[in-house]
Amino acid sequence: MERGYLDHAATTPVAPAVLEAMLPYFGQIYGNPGSAHSWGGEARRAVEEARGSIAAFLGAAINEIVFTSGGTESNNTVIKGIAESNKARGNHIITSAIEHHAILNPCHTLERKGFEVTYIPVNNDWLVSPKDVEAAITAKTILISIMHANNEIGVIEPLAKIGAIARQHGIPFHTDAVQTFGHIPVNVADIEVDLLSASAHKLYGPKGVGLLYIHQGIKISPLLEGGEQEAKRRSSTLNVSGIIGFAKATELAADTMKTEPERISALRDKLIDGLLGKIKDTHLNGTRSSRLPNNINISFGGVEGEALLLSLDAQGIACSTGSACTSAKLETSHVLKALAIPHHLGNSSLRFSLGKATNDKDIERVLAVLPGVVDRLRTISPFYQPAERED
Amino acid sequence: MTGYSEKVMEHFHNPRNVGIIDQPDGVGKVGNAVCGDIMELYLKVAKEVIVDAKFRTFGCGAAIATSSMVTELIKGKTVAEARRISNQAVAEALGGLPPIKMHCSVLAEEALKKALDDYQNSKG
Ligand code: FES
Repeated sequence: MERGYLDHAATTPVAPAVLEAMLPYFGQIYGNPGSAHSWGGEARRAVEEARGSIAAFLGAAINEIVFTSGGTESNNTVIKGIAESNKARGNHIITSAIEHHAILNPCHTLERKGFEVTYIPVNNDWLVSPKDVEAAITAKTILISIMHANNEIGVIEPLAKIGAIARQHGIPFHTDAVQTFGHIPVNVADIEVDLLSASAHKLYGPKGVGLLYIHQGIKISPLLEGGEQEAKRRSSTLNVSGIIGFAKATELAADTMKTEPERISALRDKLIDGLLGKIKDTHLNGTRSSRLPNNINISFGGVEGEALLLSLDAQGIACSTGSACTSAKLETSHVLKALAIPHHLGNSSLRFSLGKATNDKDIERVLAVLPGVVDRLRTISPFYQPAERED
Repeated sequence: MTGYSEKVMEHFHNPRNVGIIDQPDGVGKVGNAVCGDIMELYLKVAKEVIVDAKFRTFGCGAAIATSSMVTELIKGKTVAEARRISNQAVAEALGGLPPIKMHCSVLAEEALKKALDDYQNSKG
């Protein structure tokens, strides 16, 4: 059976060139970058070269990049670390209702410890209004954290405007750029962020390595304490092979970003138009105009997301869903729930996220397979009378 | 991902007794309190024996498979026998369900109870 992986927002395969770049750093150049001898020196030079090339890609200074274990650690470090280091200044954090749980859950933990968190709601396109952010600022606000692009809906938030507001008020501004880093241009000066999280495995790099950009002068307590690596900002022996892989993936991304967004967004638009045109009672979630080139999120009225996902998987197509039935908590995705969409639509969404290997044939296959799958599940669904079904 | 048994997947892909019954003798419509999904069960009863059963479900793979299985289990049974079918029995007949999905089989049991109640109430 032909198979098509359309879940690149979950993770991507490691690019062959990335793997190749990493391999020497397992058995040959295995020194600890913290060691004073020449074995350590070799590893250290490689790590610093990697750091330099990633910093350049972000428009950052080399010492502003801290390597972490991934997006979750970077986000946790920001929320908990800024709260800890600024508690004398204030106890208020502003974020959005549609952040990743790696932001929301640490915020909830802080709330239990007496912090106040404002969760800015989103407009009909899942966009955060910079005005709402500005209105939420108080004398006690110590951090604003708004994601660059949403992982489920794929909408790109107006970061530059929010960044300018944060600067005006002198409040540190963080963005979770896990879905955008290596996919669309991300430059820390353009979007005026002070802190930024990214993860290698979303851009054909290895799992288990990420970064936190910390602008010079930003005070932040570390999450991990120990051997004081990364200028005391993140203790732990560096994941050398992972960092080398991350840098290689970033280098490849800098190149593919010149052509890939255009190619991928054409495929995206074809899939959106095809599904909305071929299947009735389908609804695109999120705006088309400010959207990641590779994200499609559509609700299929009357059919549940897990049932759709399983049916597609059986035909060799991988995607994901925001349905309550697939979440460990059995709750509809908080991102979909951030807008008052009817229950049967919130639980009926599929996300397709395209990648480098996605081609026209993959799109054609979804368009050929999905109408039949939806129709079959609608025959089972109490939301559809037989006469309403498509033949 | 979901860890469904082969039997669950088989019933999910080929559910038995999908649809509605015109002029049913008993109907049970229930919503799942946990994830909010919905099931409808229709019965045709003759001389206290369930001669036909049909369902429609908006729910996950487990919800569809348990709906399908419950209709299979009750067909040909007396109303009294059908009352004794629990959600565990439905799950077992499917070769088990992942723990997080047991609540979906409760949906099937509740729909069955309601349909049987409806039958007995309308009989007077
Ligand atoms: S019906 Fe929602 S999890 Fe099974």
